[in-house]
Amino acid sequence: MALLDVRDLRVVFHRRGTEPFPAVDGVTFSVEPGQTIGLVGESGCGKSVTSLAIMGLLPKRGATVTGQVMFEDTDLLKLSDRQLRDRRGRDIGMIFQDPLSSLNPVIPIGLQVTEVLQRHRGLRGKAAKTEAEGLLKSVGIPDPNRRLGEYPHQLSGGMRQRALIAIALACRPRLLIADEPTTALDVTIQAQILALLRQLVEGTGTALIMITHDLGVVAGLCDQVNVLYAGKVVETADRHRLFGEPRHPYTHGLLGSVPRLDSPRGEPLAAISGSVNDNIPWTSGCAFAPRCSNAIDQCVEQTPALEDDGLRLLRCFNPVAPETAASQEVPA
Amino acid sequence: MSTRTRDKIDALAKTSADSGGTSLAVDALKRLSRNPVAITGAVIVTLFLLLAIFAPLIAPKDPYVRYLIDEIRQGTPLGGRPGFPLGTDQEGRDLLSRLIVASRQSLIVGVMATLIGLAVGMVMGTLSGALGGWTDTILMRFTDVLLSIPSLLLAISIAALAAKPGQWTVIVAVSIVSIPIFARLLRGSMLAQRGSDHVLAARALGVKERTIVFRHMLPNSLSPVIVLATLTLATSILEAAALSFLGLGDQDPNRAEWGAMLGEASQRYFDVRPEMALWPGLAIVLVALGFTLLGESLREALDPKNRR
Repeated sequence: MALLDVRDLRVVFHRRGTEPFPAVDGVTFSVEPGQTIGLVGESGCGKSVTSLAIMGLLPKRGATVTGQVMFEDTDLLKLSDRQLRDRRGRDIGMIFQDPLSSLNPVIPIGLQVTEVLQRHRGLRGKAAKTEAEGLLKSVGIPDPNRRLGEYPHQLSGGMRQRALIAIALACRPRLLIADEPTTALDVTIQAQILALLRQLVEGTGTALIMITHDLGVVAGLCDQVNVLYAGKVVETADRHRLFGEPRHPYTHGLLGSVPRLDSPRGEPLAAISGSVNDNIPWTSGCAFAPRCSNAIDQCVEQTPALEDDGLRLLRCFNPVAPETAASQEVPA
Repeated sequence: MSTRTRDKIDALAKTSADSGGTSLAVDALKRLSRNPVAITGAVIVTLFLLLAIFAPLIAPKDPYVRYLIDEIRQGTPLGGRPGFPLGTDQEGRDLLSRLIVASRQSLIVGVMATLIGLAVGMVMGTLSGALGGWTDTILMRFTDVLLSIPSLLLAISIAALAAKPGQWTVIVAVSIVSIPIFARLLRGSMLAQRGSDHVLAARALGVKERTIVFRHMLPNSLSPVIVLATLTLATSILEAAALSFLGLGDQDPNRAEWGAMLGEASQRYFDVRPEMALWPGLAIVLVALGFTLLGESLREALDPKNRR
């Protein structure tokens, strides 16, 4: 049975004077224990909103969340604030993008770790401190005893992200949501943090939802990848299939726009033209159609459905043919 | 790499690691001690504090005894003479001693008014920022009303309401003026914290709302409030002096007060002895300047943009 089962999750933002905006538009996916799932897409495609909706962290006013988020046997969306608060941090941990701004600048790291230990595991005083020390050590922070007394600004970027991971792991959550955990770090540190995450997932059987726009991260870490566009999943496949044979023109474009070291000098970088804002509503067609090089008339007349061909889920009328996909050439 | 190089590197790493461990406050103090403006402010404020605390010991004469009662004709104050460097007031009391002792009034009124304003303003600001909704609307409309009246005018009106003006009416009048400013500032800074990443992160960890407000939002919102409190000390002292100047201050003849001294000197004896108005005026200006310089440099020191 899946650990987390997200069904038809919808998040609609309302603002006075504007049309309701569906940031997440019927997203469905599930995570098994020990599995790593990727949510991939450009900025503004609904990745972060999805994670905030799962955690129940979206503001009450202005956002309507519908659908089902089953964590084992409970629908997280139906829990009261208090019940949900008891589960956050204990059953589900979260790692944010910017480790500096995600740590409280005026209290020492130690207190930020013991705070969670006290909240969910009832550990106090010396017991909490010993546990916190062990946690920092387990995420590879040297000299944890000294670090416990230090403030976030005294730690390096990688160290801060490790501290945040330690805090997220403090109560041994069964699910970890990592929202772009490596974006604010430089590449060498990125690799270290990813290695740490992989080691944690393998060692403890924690499920991991990896939210990222970095396809390198996905390639290195995720078992299964969901590609999101304008609030809908457009392609879902396991990592090898998705990278080896992307079928949706958007996935194909994303892969093609990764700069390659072995491309000939002077060759322009492939880019997907336009931005995520140049879309048409899903109700009247395919949102990606205005930017799609494969678009046909049907794309602006009908909404494509997410179809399962046994190997992958795909939402496209005119997918990239497998052989062109393999060669990874993007039409200019 | 040779072992010697290795050792050197280790030693270096150790010393640089040991130099860490400073908190925000220590950091800010360090920066303050390097700032000449801050030092000027701190010196003035320290001198003022020492003067106020040890006033009875420093004052050369008893400020409330009429010494030269025989020499005073038609109630005209006397100029400087041996034993009375600044002369006397119209009742023959030593002006220098009165100036020195009056520092206590300014300190008491300034500190008390600021503390009351700070306490009430912080409660209002915290409630507003933490609860939001109707509480916020009601409290903030109330502060709007107070803020819409010019501060001195408001203080005068409140002081004038009192049946018998005294030290406490001045304190209350001056503190009420500062309440809405503290409340507004803290509310704004709490709201900014509410939207911050670390508050979201704390929420994602299931931290309780109360802990979020008091451990994560409030402490991070305090630095502008601390700065404002220092600056408010200056304005409170000025406003209290203004009230006394206008005759709405402490009526106790046995409490010398700079504002009252200035008022008397400038309104009644300015043609005879203009310098009599100079000294209390200068004292007020200096003290207000000292607190303002300190407050301004404190603001600079606590500004996170200046942190490295």
